[in-house]
Amino acid sequence: MANFYTDNENIKFHLTHPLMEKIVRLKERNFADKENYDFAPIDFEDALDNYDKVLEIIGEITGNIIAENAESVDHDGPLLENNEVKYAKGTQQNYDALVEAGLIGMSLPRQYGGLNFSMVPYVMSAEIVARGDAGFTNIWGLQDCAETIHEFASDEIKNDFLPRFNRDGATAAMDLTEPDAGSDLQAVQLKATYNENAKTWVLNGVKRFITNGDADVSLVLARSEEGTSDARGLSLFVYDRKDNAMIVRRIENKLGIKGSPTCELVFTNAPAKLVGDRKMGLIKYVMSLMNSARLGVGAQSVGIAEAAYREALKYAHEREQFGKAIIQYPAVYELLTNMKAKTDAIRTLLYDTCRYVDIYKSYIFIAEDRSLTSEERNDFKHHQKVADVYTPLLKLFSSEYCNQIAYDSLQIHGGTGFMKDFPIERIYRDARITTIYEGTSQLQVVAAIRGVSNGVYLKSLRDYAKVDVKPELQYLKDSLIKMTDQFAKTIEKVTEMDNTEIFDFHARRLVEMAGNIIIGFLLLLDSNRNDQYKKSAEVFIRLGKTENIQKVSFINNFDLKEIGNYKF
Amino acid sequence: MSFRIVVLAKQVPDTRNVGKDAMKADGTVNRAALPAIYNPEDLNALEMALEIKSKIKDAEVIVLTMGPPRAAEIIRESVYRGADKGYLITDRKFAGSDTLATSYAISLAIKKLAPYHLVISGRQAIDGDTAQVGPQAAEKLGIPQITYAEEFISATDKDITIKRRLERGIEVVKTPLPALLTVHSSAPDCRPRNAKLLMRYKYARTLTELQEETRDYTELFDKRPYLQIDEWTVADLNADVELLGLSGSPTKVKKIENVVLQQKETILLTSADKDIEGLIKELIDSHIIG
Repeated sequence: MANFYTDNENIKFHLTHPLMEKIVRLKERNFADKENYDFAPIDFEDALDNYDKVLEIIGEITGNIIAENAESVDHDGPLLENNEVKYAKGTQQNYDALVEAGLIGMSLPRQYGGLNFSMVPYVMSAEIVARGDAGFTNIWGLQDCAETIHEFASDEIKNDFLPRFNRDGATAAMDLTEPDAGSDLQAVQLKATYNENAKTWVLNGVKRFITNGDADVSLVLARSEEGTSDARGLSLFVYDRKDNAMIVRRIENKLGIKGSPTCELVFTNAPAKLVGDRKMGLIKYVMSLMNSARLGVGAQSVGIAEAAYREALKYAHEREQFGKAIIQYPAVYELLTNMKAKTDAIRTLLYDTCRYVDIYKSYIFIAEDRSLTSEERNDFKHHQKVADVYTPLLKLFSSEYCNQIAYDSLQIHGGTGFMKDFPIERIYRDARITTIYEGTSQLQVVAAIRGVSNGVYLKSLRDYAKVDVKPELQYLKDSLIKMTDQFAKTIEKVTEMDNTEIFDFHARRLVEMAGNIIIGFLLLLDSNRNDQYKKSAEVFIRLGKTENIQKVSFINNFDLKEIGNYKF
Repeated sequence: MSFRIVVLAKQVPDTRNVGKDAMKADGTVNRAALPAIYNPEDLNALEMALEIKSKIKDAEVIVLTMGPPRAAEIIRESVYRGADKGYLITDRKFAGSDTLATSYAISLAIKKLAPYHLVISGRQAIDGDTAQVGPQAAEKLGIPQITYAEEFISATDKDITIKRRLERGIEVVKTPLPALLTVHSSAPDCRPRNAKLLMRYKYARTLTELQEETRDYTELFDKRPYLQIDEWTVADLNADVELLGLSGSPTKVKKIENVVLQQKETILLTSADKDIEGLIKELIDSHIIG
């Protein structure tokens, strides 16, 4: 009778963050729905209690069903039968349980059958599910597509597609990549043609590496403007599986997340509906979808990290060598403590980012009904600006850390961890994809470096420094302020070189420096709210400080000419 | 007329994960030390009821539970999963009832819900393991019973076909309605709580519970009358007090012993076929495998 929510108080700690009241108020719009829906909250406390209780259901389903099925799902995987995907038995069982519990379309408004939950509890669900089975999180998390339809599609499309999610448990897919368009989505070639007579769009072409490709509802990025070759010729379409005009040509055989079907799709005269405006597909809609998906990978990474840490902790207590449990050896306990600190680190960055996204998204929907006051507009802009540079930072840190943590967890298991007998072997493989999909770590740096050059990170850091902390935490804050000064100087130094290539060369170092300080502050603020995070804050800030010194030393001692050594 | 299914469910101490303080010095269960849970096989019973409801037109599921005021939690947990309504049978006069007195009270409550088609309960509760209340209630109601139900096969207005799990196999039986089923743990697990139902019913309370609440529920209950959970007392059931509680319970506990399992003898087995065969046979005979 495991419950992956109630057994992890860290999640509840973030659920009860002081900003939640603002988030709920924006999302629930004066709790107007309570008159029309008897399951809508009547006030903030009620809404938070709903989040808590629903997360408890998810924790229970994950602990008792999803985690229990993870091994068989990894072993069986999905099958391709008559060009259709058949989920592994466990995957189907997992999904059915979530549908039965009414948990598909959590963030959709109630008028479409959703629960109107804010991003924070939705992302928490993804974290919980990922701890049980990382691969399954993809199938669950693709309900993000519903959110994109809600945000950008016409009423006609919304009324047709959105109610299916909660009511029928519709699954979703986002069909973006193609054989020659991976990181570079501008190169997408799948063709969308408008048929003047039938007044419909049809799709023709191939998509590759599509997660859950055989879904009920697919968002397809396609070239709608003939003769174009860049992003401005791409539009977003929604394809309905009921139209039977797309086949799955193959399912990829992968290293990890084996339960999640990765498909190659062929569209043949497939009818589809245009989402929003033509030519805005990649520029606007997919960018928004990708941002949600990156938050999703962040949640998935935290879930994997939590699972890996727990496996290692348990094993290190049980395994005895040279007459005592291995957790008593410095070489092992240091690893474990760093794993714990890093898990707390990416979790706090996850929910902090999530709160920014939550707030600015709510403003977008409010603005559809009435114009925002100037104060609200400024608040919206601020939150969106921070969310835009925190999201890639989160994706970068969480995915890299979850890989490090999975690596260290397997290391603690020793030879046993290399065998299929313990879950860590699967967790280690599942972790590997997180630094790759939804934009590689290298691409996250390209997005995050804007936060360095436009001063948003530095501004955040200066804002954190204004918060008063308990006297016993002051020394940590002092450290972080020094790190911030050092970061500011290093940016200046690199900027002064006035060389784009050098700036790009040091980009990852600069982004990681920012991340180390931001996370340090977040953990400090967490400790300010609850003592139990003090240890992680101390450990993490020590790690971050050391790492930043290394980076500064590398940058300061780097001669322009040396770049030649690195080139091919 | 709707197809009415009455589910009998019990709140029990969770005896599956017992700690050191699970029993009191006098040998009785220390209820304070054990969390109160939905009796596991009653959840299988609820699932079977909900499954039948989903397959039969116009069916409704009503949950009956007997216990102290806090057993209202069973009703809430049931409606979160899809039950339509529930009643809590509660009265100090029921205290100390054995299976005979309990089945008497429950059968009176079921009669109040007539006309009904089906009564479904778990095979047994984990606190007493008697498996008597279901069958006794069927006897008192004068209706047929199918025990150890594992799978619902089909039903009409007039009869039901059920697969039973027996010690050495399965049996498919059909009985006229109304009838009572007791459900075995090998039947499908209960579906999870539904998010919307949970949010809709989380404030459902009995009148007794409302009196304990610090917050004022008047306005909420005026708007949403379905949040009130009805309580039935001895008077509501028109029960004969003599047949309830200790006076109505012929079962007297003479002595309670704590049994501690110990390893007393060792059997050495070789890898010879004969030994392995003997071991397998013994394990099958003692129902450890097979």
